[in-house]
Amino acid sequence: MSDVLAVAEHRQGELRDVSFELVTVGRQLAADQGGELHLAVIGGDVDAFADELNLDGVSVIHTVDAGEEFNHDIYTQVTEQLFEEIEPSTLLLPNSVNGLDYAPAIASRLDVPLVTDAVDIARDGTTEVTREMYGSKVETTVAVDDDTVAVSIRPAEWEATDADGDADVVAFDADIDESAVKSTVTGFEEVAGGDVDISEAEFLVSIGRGIEEEDNLPLIEELVEATDATLSSSRPIVDNGWLPKNRQVGQSGKVVTPDVYLAIGISGAVQHVAGMKGSDTIVAINTDPNAPIMDLADYAIVDDLFDVVPELIDALE
Amino acid sequence: MKILVTVKEVAEAEDDFDIDGLDIDDRYLEYDLNEWDEYAIEEAVQIKEDGEDVEVVSVTIGPERAEETIRMALAKGVDRAIRVWDDDVAATDVLDPATKADVLAAVVEQEEPDLVFTGVQAGDDSFGATGVALAETIGFEWGAVVNALDLDAEEGVANVHRELEGGIEELTEIQLPSVLTIQTGINEPRYASLRGIRQAQSKPLDVQTLSDLGLDAGVLESPLQRTEMYEPESEGEAVVFEGSSEDTAGELADLLQDVGVVEG
Repeated sequence: MSDVLAVAEHRQGELRDVSFELVTVGRQLAADQGGELHLAVIGGDVDAFADELNLDGVSVIHTVDAGEEFNHDIYTQVTEQLFEEIEPSTLLLPNSVNGLDYAPAIASRLDVPLVTDAVDIARDGTTEVTREMYGSKVETTVAVDDDTVAVSIRPAEWEATDADGDADVVAFDADIDESAVKSTVTGFEEVAGGDVDISEAEFLVSIGRGIEEEDNLPLIEELVEATDATLSSSRPIVDNGWLPKNRQVGQSGKVVTPDVYLAIGISGAVQHVAGMKGSDTIVAINTDPNAPIMDLADYAIVDDLFDVVPELIDALE
Repeated sequence: MKILVTVKEVAEAEDDFDIDGLDIDDRYLEYDLNEWDEYAIEEAVQIKEDGEDVEVVSVTIGPERAEETIRMALAKGVDRAIRVWDDDVAATDVLDPATKADVLAAVVEQEEPDLVFTGVQAGDDSFGATGVALAETIGFEWGAVVNALDLDAEEGVANVHRELEGGIEELTEIQLPSVLTIQTGINEPRYASLRGIRQAQSKPLDVQTLSDLGLDAGVLESPLQRTEMYEPESEGEAVVFEGSSEDTAGELADLLQDVGVVEG
């Protein structure tokens, strides 16, 4: 009961980065507990995935030949069976969209407590998980009074492990109850590209909730025109229908890496940061000096955007 | 058809706040209807308006104060509401997703809905797990992070889009009865009209205790306990431009020219 079981994630033939981050977390926890790290890879080209996941600190990789893509009914059944065979103390899953779609079901089925969206985990007798609340304004520690625990980890929070390992690769013959598979993935769609590709832009002027209403959009468009920049946004602007989906920066939108990212009225929710933290120079204009975007910014103006942006347009013309 | 929408009153912290023990001091918290739940309510109400004989019921676990947010749901077209609360729930520090799922499961048993909508997550504790945990508890099928829904009640199938990372959506057929966790952007939540707000005052709002639901306080026992809360240390090393708006804008203009993204 001191082993760790982590379930890798892949999509459309490629392992997702979080799979390699799971190895980093899992091998540390296993080492702390004197146990082994077991990895599971379910569906797709499992042998090729196992080769890629044969990394330092991994003891056993369980390959499960079960369909091409993620299906939560199958993942739930397979993970439950692996858990019962390995009897790990910790089950590690990604806090990705697909993680959100099956981690609570597994935890519930196994009657194991679940802590989601971990940004740190310590295990010293009991498990203590660090997570955020109130839109990243505070961190909390959650202690788990149970011998076993399921934890979903926030993607991109840990370094990926890339050093080679010598894990045993074992095919796991899962017993799938097809009558319990009540969802069918029928395909994938890419969000419409439109005529602008924000991921190619060198200078992005990006807006968030701080612009308050659609009527304020022309002010920003004036800045965009004056600077020959490209306009992008955080999620709420797209949710409100003020800009099309192809302008959204973030976890569920585009990942951008411009020379300059000018974040106007964007607080910096973790899902947004996932899409823009690779920008060369980040500038934030925000009234709140404690907004999470300030932690990321290279340059900041703590002021009302409606005062600063007109002055900026003047200064540039 | 009956659609049950779980809603939550969430706390939002002001920009400046103090922590008192294991939570932000209540003086710095403002309460509102969870953003994700607004989209879940709208989706249910639109189905009611499109179809025949659909009842939309909302349920929340919350104190009397939460009736304000429930009335908001009623004003937006929900037919009736249930609020679960008693002294034992009030005395509980952490209502984790498994506990909430157990309580909500008792409501599902009473109401026997065909569909359950929840928001993807709550804006305050962001566990993002109650909907799927509930589905597993009640034996419904489910879909998480749904950003488009085409319901085929005759065939007993919900055709959904699930919003994955990186601008990709998954198309999935989900058998009914099911729980769908609703993502923001799936629709455009309406504002409550004055007429709706007036009507909401006379719609049924039923308060239930755990014992009304056939549960005892044992259901609240949780292995999760919050042990610390603190403000994360700022890692920011930003150069902050100081001065009037004219001054700071001038410095930013110089910077943009120096970096070379605008012409000098």
